[in-house]
Amino acid sequence: MFAFAFMRHAFVASTFIALTCGVVGVFVVARQLSFLTHMLSEIGFAGAAFGAFLGISPLLGMLLFTIASSTLISGLSVERARRESTISAVSSLFIGSGILFLALANQSSSYATDILFGSIVGISINGVWQLVILSLIVLLTIWLIFRPLQFDSFDSVGASANGVKTGIISIIFLILLAVSVSVGAQIVGSMLVFILMTIPAAIAKALGHSMKQLLIISVVMAILGVWLGLWLAYVTNWPVTFFIALIEVVAYVVALIYQRRQAD
Amino acid sequence: MTEPILTAAHLTMDFGSKTVFNDLNFTIHAGEKISLIGHNGAGKTTLVKILLGLLAPTAGTVTKKSPGGQAKLKIGYVPQFRNIDADAPLSIASFVALNVGLSWRPWLTANEKKRVADVLALTDLTAIKDRPITLTSGGERQRAYLAQALLADPELLILDEATASMDVDAKKAMMDLVVKVVTQRNMALLFVSHDLELTARYTDRYLLITDETLATGSSKEVNADSLKGVRI
Ligand SMILES: Nc1ncnc2c1ncn2[C@@H]1O[C@H](COP(=O)(O)OP(=O)(O)OP(=O)(O)O)[C@@H](O)[C@H]1O
Ligand SMILES: [Mg+2]
Repeated sequence: MFAFAFMRHAFVASTFIALTCGVVGVFVVARQLSFLTHMLSEIGFAGAAFGAFLGISPLLGMLLFTIASSTLISGLSVERARRESTISAVSSLFIGSGILFLALANQSSSYATDILFGSIVGISINGVWQLVILSLIVLLTIWLIFRPLQFDSFDSVGASANGVKTGIISIIFLILLAVSVSVGAQIVGSMLVFILMTIPAAIAKALGHSMKQLLIISVVMAILGVWLGLWLAYVTNWPVTFFIALIEVVAYVVALIYQRRQAD
Repeated sequence: MTEPILTAAHLTMDFGSKTVFNDLNFTIHAGEKISLIGHNGAGKTTLVKILLGLLAPTAGTVTKKSPGGQAKLKIGYVPQFRNIDADAPLSIASFVALNVGLSWRPWLTANEKKRVADVLALTDLTAIKDRPITLTSGGERQRAYLAQALLADPELLILDEATASMDVDAKKAMMDLVVKVVTQRNMALLFVSHDLELTARYTDRYLLITDETLATGSSKEVNADSLKGVRI
């Protein structure tokens, strides 16, 4: 399957995306931000559509929209944002405007499908570079702020009591989350980026007993999912996204059953 | 007397139209052991948060100075309420190590590992250091909180109701430990509590918040009579 350039591109891009989503996901789960990740992916859809409307790349449109809204959200406290029922209203508004932008942009419907459900196999070498660089920026930033981020994610009261600037850490993390969602959407699409961001990390949470184990399990599960998914898609000609979703959910169920067994 | 490490001047705190306290003035010196008392809702936790800079007072100032020189005063704080996820993947040791300090390295250096091991030994947690923090008893957990705060080597240690969930013996053991460490390292202690017996026994001086103002005196005088019927 690596005889084809497009498969090589897909493979490299998805490996980096899985690595990023696996790492960021551990903090998403610890900080209980799944709901926000979901909303950001919908905002990302509107952003990509807006990009099409303006004639800029969907990735750029997504980055614009998701980073802008992350920054706005961090103004509210995340605690409050979680409770607000306006969140789902805002999400619907974004999906609606995404559809409007697409109609105005006069794009074919396959363009919408690509944004929503992913189009990794069509990615160009330039696209690969963009994704790799963005992934590396996210991973490097997490590396640098790892200690305060970990403190704030697992013991936020203790972190602020001991002088960690938890407000700044939250904003930085929300921006990293926005970038990761935009990057991840390029492979599984904005509707399912949620899967790569949360399920590998949830599996890790069920099985791991230390931060190191969590990170390793989450990254391995994310990478296994995209590699197997790509291969199965290549063999069967079915959509990659379907296989990734299937693999991750099956692995999650297995992990949960295993966890129950352990507990008994 | 030495220069104070912390000076609070004219501190006033309102939440909306509700005044919690009005024009508090006091100082804390290096090595002093002080208790902060007052009934539920008197504003003890609020005052502590202001001292730490986590809350801005409506009026007044807090000046902090390291005992040695002009450096920033290092404060270790064990908050009254904690919020740790029931399945957080943290052993006692890794929980304590969260407060190891900033570095670009995600992992702990050999030197940092030693600091963690030392503080675990000091707080008598070495034997259970690998136990998940969420499975520990209330008393063990308070010791872990204390160890976490001590890891940063504070000059002022603030404990907010650190003994509230403990039985009598555990309280004494905890306070013996605190006083030993505080004395050994010449730290100042601000001990927030409702327990007048512990206050009298382990601290030198009390600060009492009552009717929006502050009263102070020797801890030896702390008893129901001398406090003129003020409920604690
Ligand atoms: N963020 C806030 N907004 C409004 N009111 C507040 C806020 N924080 C505290 N209060 C109020 O200020 C008063 C003082 O609260 P504080 O927590 O400082 O009391 P405390 O002395 O620590 O009490 P306890 O002994 O129960 O811990 C209480 O009446 C409380 O309801
Ligand atoms: Mg309190």
